[in-house]
Amino acid sequence: MTANLSFGRILRFTLLSLGALIFLAPYIFMISTAGKAQSEIFSSSLSLIPEQWSYVENFTKALSRVSMPTLLMNGVIVCAMIFVVQIVVAIPCAYAMAKLKFRAARLMMVLVMLGLLVPIHATALPLYVAFDRLAVLNSYTALVAPFSISVFAIFLFLQFFRAIPDDLIHAARLDGMSETGIVARVVVPNAWPAITAFAIFSVVAHWNDLFWPLVVVTNQHYATPPLGLLYFRAAEAGDDYGALMAATLIITFPLVAAFLVAQKRFVEGITMTGLKG
Amino acid sequence: MASIVSEMPIAAADRREARIAWLLAAPAIVLLFLFILLPTFAVVLLGFTDFELGYGGFRFVGLENYAELIGDRTFRRSLWNTAVYTAIVTPISIVLALAIALLIEAETRAKAFFRTVYFLPVASLLVAMATVWQFLFHPSIGPINTFLAGLGIPGPNWLGASGTVLYGLSIIGIWQSVGFNMVLFLAGLTAIPRELYAAAEVDGAKSRLDRFRLVTWPMLAPTTLFVTTISIINSVKVFETVKTLTEGGPNKASEVLLFTIYQEGFVYLRVGYASAMTVVFLAILVVLMFLQYRVLDRKVHYA
Repeated sequence: MTANLSFGRILRFTLLSLGALIFLAPYIFMISTAGKAQSEIFSSSLSLIPEQWSYVENFTKALSRVSMPTLLMNGVIVCAMIFVVQIVVAIPCAYAMAKLKFRAARLMMVLVMLGLLVPIHATALPLYVAFDRLAVLNSYTALVAPFSISVFAIFLFLQFFRAIPDDLIHAARLDGMSETGIVARVVVPNAWPAITAFAIFSVVAHWNDLFWPLVVVTNQHYATPPLGLLYFRAAEAGDDYGALMAATLIITFPLVAAFLVAQKRFVEGITMTGLKG
Repeated sequence: MASIVSEMPIAAADRREARIAWLLAAPAIVLLFLFILLPTFAVVLLGFTDFELGYGGFRFVGLENYAELIGDRTFRRSLWNTAVYTAIVTPISIVLALAIALLIEAETRAKAFFRTVYFLPVASLLVAMATVWQFLFHPSIGPINTFLAGLGIPGPNWLGASGTVLYGLSIIGIWQSVGFNMVLFLAGLTAIPRELYAAAEVDGAKSRLDRFRLVTWPMLAPTTLFVTTISIINSVKVFETVKTLTEGGPNKASEVLLFTIYQEGFVYLRVGYASAMTVVFLAILVVLMFLQYRVLDRKVHYA
């Protein structure tokens, strides 16, 4: 029995390790290739450690072609703006639906469920035409506006707010707190797990999104990280994989680092939002 | 203030609460109309027009766009490719994710480490990692083909040949989505009460396979259904890797739904025609969600 058990454990551990190696392979080759000179890359050897360390060279190239700080900054600005607006719009609405005598709550629920069905890809064409007419293409407004309303946020917060005891809110009312005060000082502090989970969901989605930025931005100045990388690839005629890998490394790093630091919250956040979505 | 509120007649207090509720929900309602309902309505309407960006007027053409779609070889190719991609990525990424989740769940020591590793692709910028995969898939200098050559197998031109490009993209798609599915399965597994396994053992479920069949699989059914729906929807939405790596090529062999819509609408600016395609795309999503509700409903009735 014990022998059987340990054999099972070894097999399990081996399988998991082998799979892990395959899943990590792209990262390993990214880091390795980012440090190789062009000639060494084309010798197509499988050795992972560069013969000549060309990290400085490749990173300088990556940094000089496209302004990486601008890209990363744009990514941060756009994600932050989207998240803040989504929260500020969705929380009061979800509170009204969950805790106030709100006739339209039913109808709102139907609209939210319908809204969950409609991705940005479906609304992109009319929005693009409208933004073109309003001359707001190539701006932060264009990048942020369509995501100002997150029906998913309303849906998620609604379920969370329903669990907040009514007594807590009545007590706050008797203390003379206004409804906005209640939202800010009673509801929000009680909903932190949902808010963090949604923050992670929102940032991961919009940091990675290529479709919408590609539609509304043609000016490098407003490019987000995925779009910037696309420009970099276009500018990088030929196969300068060393510089290309250095660029991908720079652009992938921030979110991966954030994930590694706060991975427990990440996984919880994705699980919570994933299961509710 | 408190005394005023409590002395107010109930009807007036209710009206006041209703007014506040409207005020709190107003921004969300306005934005919902502006950015979701109105554009969705507009896209359906535009699908019946010959509107092109850059030209002044447009006229209603009825079902002409849809008639054109039926005969459009690119569009048909694109639907087919999206279906093939989905048919490859969804089942493999679900089975792999479930297997990995079961292995990790049973693991005692390196649990957190493995979870992190398999989840890493979800947190990585897909456009960037697609670029890395392009290097891995490179026909002559890529590590995959170098490795295959070492085994004496001539590697294909993965992303450059019309016969293999969809498989290449599918591999990337699977690699990217397994972690997400795995995390959902792990959550589903932890929610299964331990007593059920003990009970199954008492009832004669001796082998691990029996316990999986009798307890894990049925208890995991809601999670599996959910993971399946979300995986299918995400596969239907494949765009990033295609745009970054293949631009629908070679020879339209990796033309997928969203890429075709993007191309027609935002590159050729044939908004009316692209809107009709979008309506088809939306209809597919609606049908998928509807199917999920139906299956869910039936589950509830049997329970």
